[in-house]
Amino acid sequence: MANKQKKTVTPTMQQYQELAKKNEPKRPVWSNCVKAFLVGGLICVLGQALMFMFQKYFGFTEKTAGNPTVAVLILIAVILTSLGWYDKLAQWAGAGSAVPVTGFANSMSSAAIEHRSEGLVLGVGGNMFKLAGSVIVYGTVAAFFIGLLHILFVGQGGGQ
Amino acid sequence: MWLQFLWAFLVGGAICVLGQLLLDVGKLTPAHTMSTLVVLGAIVDGLGWYDPLIRFAGAGATVPITSFGNSLVHGAIQEIDQNGWIGIVTGIFEVTSAGISSAIIFSFLAALLFKPKG
Repeated sequence: MANKQKKTVTPTMQQYQELAKKNEPKRPVWSNCVKAFLVGGLICVLGQALMFMFQKYFGFTEKTAGNPTVAVLILIAVILTSLGWYDKLAQWAGAGSAVPVTGFANSMSSAAIEHRSEGLVLGVGGNMFKLAGSVIVYGTVAAFFIGLLHILFVGQGGGQ
Repeated sequence: MWLQFLWAFLVGGAICVLGQLLLDVGKLTPAHTMSTLVVLGAIVDGLGWYDPLIRFAGAGATVPITSFGNSLVHGAIQEIDQNGWIGIVTGIFEVTSAGISSAIIFSFLAALLFKPKG
């Protein structure tokens, strides 16, 4: 903690904070990473299987197969969230279930279900993006600036 | 084909480990972690490195949230190249529509059908 912040608290509070910090359980970083790797990897393998399936049986190309794959993964994640199973998986897998697109769907559907009691518009409509919103905002802003750099350094095509 | 599964597993798993490290070692909140990964994916695509990664790892690169950043940039740049500067706002959500739309629609239906659990 910064010194400046420390001055506003009493010495006793300081002592307590140091004590609390010392006794804070160490995060099991290694085993967390192994779990995240296994679950995240398996979700991607499932995605790969769906991609092959869409290419083989539904006539999608390697490039277009990504869209139906993402949609199916999201559907699966929303169903598992509705049954309360995705959150159990998330407790075990950490980032392994949060980083894939299924985690994005989980954050939206769990917020929607949780706030259902506050009404369809204010509850479901207003809260669905509570957690997923930051991802969309920062992704969009980043894409805007990268697009700007692209215009400046690579140039733009046709149009006006 | 089996090799493609292996690479999807390894690369997808590795991106999740990166997320776990941001959570555990970087002590970021989940929202900060996801935002960081999306911006990272956008930057990697801006440098032109995300497409080679997808060709190499398939779903290992398209399923993690980093690919969301990649799709946003991809849509914007594609439209800029086709229609000029206005593409920067018309194109951003073009490629990523499947993910966002289906997540909204399925989540809404789930909220209609299910009650919160535990």
